[in-house]
Amino acid sequence: MTPTKAIISAAALLALSFPALAEIDLSGSWSAKNHEDAMERGAGPNPDDWAGLPFNEYGRAKALAFSQSTISMPERTCWFQTQWHVAAGPFSLRIWSEQDPVTGKTLAWILGGWETRAPMTIWMDGRPHPSKNAPHDQTGFTTGEWKGNVLTAYTTHIKTGYMRRNGAASSDEATITTTFMRHGDMMTLTLVMEDPVYLTEPYILTRSYMLSEQPVAVAGPPCLVGYEGVESGRVPHYLPGKNPFVDEMDRLYHIPREAAMGGAETMYPAFRDKIKDKFTIPAKCKINCGAPGAPQAN
Amino acid sequence: MRFGRFGIFAVGISLLAQPALFAQGRGGGRGGRGGPPQSPKAAAPIDLTGYWVSVVTEDWRYRMVTPAPGDYQGVPMTQAAVKIADAWDPAKEEASGEPCKSYGAPAILRVPGNLHFSWTDDNTLQMETDAGKQTRTFHFGGGKAPEGPHTLQGNSVASWEMNRDGGRVVGGTMKVETTDLKAGFLRKNGVPYSDNTTVTEYYDMVTERNGDTLLVVTTVTTDPMYLREPFIISTHFKKMPDNKLWKPSECSAKW
Repeated sequence: MTPTKAIISAAALLALSFPALAEIDLSGSWSAKNHEDAMERGAGPNPDDWAGLPFNEYGRAKALAFSQSTISMPERTCWFQTQWHVAAGPFSLRIWSEQDPVTGKTLAWILGGWETRAPMTIWMDGRPHPSKNAPHDQTGFTTGEWKGNVLTAYTTHIKTGYMRRNGAASSDEATITTTFMRHGDMMTLTLVMEDPVYLTEPYILTRSYMLSEQPVAVAGPPCLVGYEGVESGRVPHYLPGKNPFVDEMDRLYHIPREAAMGGAETMYPAFRDKIKDKFTIPAKCKINCGAPGAPQAN
Repeated sequence: MRFGRFGIFAVGISLLAQPALFAQGRGGGRGGRGGPPQSPKAAAPIDLTGYWVSVVTEDWRYRMVTPAPGDYQGVPMTQAAVKIADAWDPAKEEASGEPCKSYGAPAILRVPGNLHFSWTDDNTLQMETDAGKQTRTFHFGGGKAPEGPHTLQGNSVASWEMNRDGGRVVGGTMKVETTDLKAGFLRKNGVPYSDNTTVTEYYDMVTERNGDTLLVVTTVTTDPMYLREPFIISTHFKKMPDNKLWKPSECSAKW
């Protein structure tokens, strides 16, 4: 090898030995730490618990019409969810990237899917989002951008879905911004949903994950449709004023109805002043208490 | 000649791929080429100063109201912790004269309220809360608070983790390690942490598409006595333009 070739080879190796600028490796299996919103992410939220959800009167009305038996409809037993399910579901993440085989550049980062959520492909190659009139699906269309070691992904073109798994709906105009912040073996995701149809303010959730040596599956067991007590063609629902769970949170936790019915006001500390005189501490947790051996339901 | 240019180009490319070799930009740690190191205040890659309000969209029933005795969803408690928490009595707690047990460093960010960050000197960032009127002091540069008894807010050592795009600083994280804590509650209903507890926090800022600025704090609480595994949560706040929401209130053991 001539000296010139040796220099070139050494330089090339040196370049390849470092990651591309403004990028870190997110790949691996990330174990979800469901220490917050444990019940909401696990068994699911209580019916009619929309405290802290900044939806508007249309969102509330739609949520009040929702019956949990909806998901027992044969057509919806395997109801596919939007990418918001990353935040609202309990699952861990498998993340990997795909490179252009010629240039080696990262084309996309991919969050593996689950039984009820398609993989999220975060396109990194600068391609534009589709036309506003392009078809929507549950997967949506996501592009990403690095700012230093922080990845921000923006998802559009999703179908109607849910914001909370008790009937609070998102529209097909909703968008989701997901920020990936890695701190060593820990990663925090900040998810912000904006929805001009059902939200008055962005809805923000943050989630924590730990890098795991246990591989996370990229798909759940196949969802099988079976009879769950709702005959095909019937849509379980509640007519206006007929939802039987509007005082469920009051009954279980003494949380006043005005708090459980949500709205942006319920997200902020000042709201506590409004309910302070209406609240008393329940004598004892009755159900879904979380401690070892405590009764669980839902 | 042709190979010579290519060689120089290749070496240049390889150097570009090494962020560490670049001069540091804003918050990069030095006042300029060969200059003295910047103070932590001058080197701050993110500006935490000002007012922030809690945005409570998570764990609502554990934060905005006082959860029922025995309601411990999500906390990886040991049996010893459950035994202690099961004995929690709000009336006794109120009468104990220690109403701030749920306002210690591992829990204070979960208390709905407003935060105020300010630098007290070049090496010390202070965080005040209106809820419970607490003050946390973050010592940079390896500095430590004076030795003394364990306290509610403990001894916090802070450092910056720079986020660079190439050599340019484009953001960063404040990492805080807190020790010397006095025992307290992770939740108002008596979920305990011991005085052997340590807390590691990461303070990050996120800009929303609507222009709002969020503070996202990831908190890792480790307690060999009362937690089976580190308790990991993340809490978010929205930047406020002023102190209009600032409303100091005393600690309460029941509300």
